[in-house]
Amino acid sequence: MIKTICSVGLPVDETLEIRKRRITPTGRKGEKKQLKRISVVTGIHGDELEGQYVCFQLARRIKAEKEKLTGIVDLYPAMNPLGIDSITRGIPAFDLDMNRLFPGNRDGDMTEYIAAKIMEDIDGSEVCIDIHASNIFLTEIPQIRINELHKEKLIPLARHTNVDFIWVHGASTVLESTLAHSLNSRGVPTLVVEMGVGMRITRNYCDQLVEGILNLMREMGMWQGETLTPRVPIISENYQDVSYLNASTSGIFVPEVKHWERLKKGDLIGNIIDPLKGQVLDEVIAPVDGILFTIREYPVVDAGSLLGRILRQEALAGSAQEE
Amino acid sequence: MKKKIVYEIKALYRDDLRITGYEFGKGKKSVCIVGCSRGNEVQQLYVCSQLVKRLKKLEEEGKLTAGHRILVIPSINPYSMNIKKRFWPTDNTDINRMFPGYDLGETTQRIAAGVFGAIKDYTYGMQFTSFYMPGRFTPHVRMMKVGYEDVELAKQFGMPYVVLRNTRPYDTTTLNYNWQIWDTKAFSIYTATTTQIDRESAAQAIRAILNFLAKQGILTYHGHDGYRSMVVEDTDMVPVRTKTAGIFEGIVRVGEEVSKGQPLANILDPYEGEVKEQLTAPVDGIVFFAHDDPLTYANTAVYKLITREA
Repeated sequence: MIKTICSVGLPVDETLEIRKRRITPTGRKGEKKQLKRISVVTGIHGDELEGQYVCFQLARRIKAEKEKLTGIVDLYPAMNPLGIDSITRGIPAFDLDMNRLFPGNRDGDMTEYIAAKIMEDIDGSEVCIDIHASNIFLTEIPQIRINELHKEKLIPLARHTNVDFIWVHGASTVLESTLAHSLNSRGVPTLVVEMGVGMRITRNYCDQLVEGILNLMREMGMWQGETLTPRVPIISENYQDVSYLNASTSGIFVPEVKHWERLKKGDLIGNIIDPLKGQVLDEVIAPVDGILFTIREYPVVDAGSLLGRILRQEALAGSAQEE
Repeated sequence: MKKKIVYEIKALYRDDLRITGYEFGKGKKSVCIVGCSRGNEVQQLYVCSQLVKRLKKLEEEGKLTAGHRILVIPSINPYSMNIKKRFWPTDNTDINRMFPGYDLGETTQRIAAGVFGAIKDYTYGMQFTSFYMPGRFTPHVRMMKVGYEDVELAKQFGMPYVVLRNTRPYDTTTLNYNWQIWDTKAFSIYTATTTQIDRESAAQAIRAILNFLAKQGILTYHGHDGYRSMVVEDTDMVPVRTKTAGIFEGIVRVGEEVSKGQPLANILDPYEGEVKEQLTAPVDGIVFFAHDDPLTYANTAVYKLITREA
């Protein structure tokens, strides 16, 4: 069933609608009010598309074995439809980051109203998965990011989702206006997935997450189908576990290593080059031993642009990656 | 007057990013004034350019008090302005959401850190900033309620209004907020416009700043004393919202007094021209903010009124 959760008239002959697809178990009409519900949300940033394929595949997998479904699945593939359809990260016209508007306000401006309607609709879910795809600049290994304020509740859930990495980060006032923070504060456990890269679909990552969501649903009593044993994620709770690589100068970044590669301190990660002068402006060297979980995808860099992130060797100790 | 580069980044193909400041007087860091931080803040740039011109003249006439230093930075984001983009050219981040900055971080964090390092020790900080929605304001001084804002001091600008508003999560990364955290007495100054030059309100803002500086003993200025500012809480303003979207036909203008029930604007059907909705004043008051885009969305606060009670 496709339902419009929010509808707002635009100035010229168009209506902005946010729609969801609800999949319910067959033949359990009397019990529906008691059934647990999972909400899978994506497309808050219009340039992040990995979640498009996840929604598509998840629905197909569930439909193929509908009799195994024992909970309600709500799929929200396009929270920012104007953004997705116009290749715009934020909300077009307003140039606002939609993920800085929550929990919204029913009596507020159009964007705040939409945020409030989204919150109302997701409220009451047993769990929510908010799928992001980094941005157009960086490729990320499938990971779940958790605000330290909510880690006790969320880490056990995140372990079931078949991601490679769980990153617990510090609380930040600015992040209080995200969908995830607002839902977690309201008592809806919400996991933020970051994976892949903006404007692209990385099918193997999407498939990996689909398995993870089904596994989480199984663990929570919403899915009776077979699922794979999930990957054992690396969990980082210490901010010192992560080493940031920022460009020392503006130029064109050309990587020399692969994403998710093990690095030794001193390894060459890539070069920042100047094509006009034919010069290497800087060699980007691994400052620590570890694994490269973020890598620059977009070659043009300014001084300061993020080129990658390394999860230090110490943080890997004892994890599945060491086996 | 001394022209100096406050912060600089080398680019690959573009000219280097230079953030340029104009310094007047010598001595303790008394006043810092920052103009545009976004690429569409043309009015904010214009006001600063006129202020630089005035301060240069005042300095030449010996009207600056010895022992005080004034720094004016007309733009902390010329890169965006030159390509007509509101936010940072590559990643669309907002420099005014990056303070206090981080010198080892991303580009706009570095710019914020570089600028903030140069301006954080001033006694008074003033920033010309803008609203994200298109519209005209009654000129005012705006302050965030961070706990130690000085409203009486804000009145010394002699602007018609001093507006107080509660902080929101994103405010903690603005220049104004961080100035206050670092003990600078910080004020945001709004003139009438953003993307268009409005000479009248620009001149009013310059008079307000010169008045303020004169009252602090930083310079000698005998101009119009300005207004006895009315202090208004942002939450006390009455928004007038559209129910529908369409062509916006404003009837009243900023600064006008309106009576309850008076028509304020029509929303027209964009194809058939009929009035879809007429907005009327819900209270007696003064128009503080007026939408000025020819189109409007639904649920949009196209007017904000200050009531007589406020």
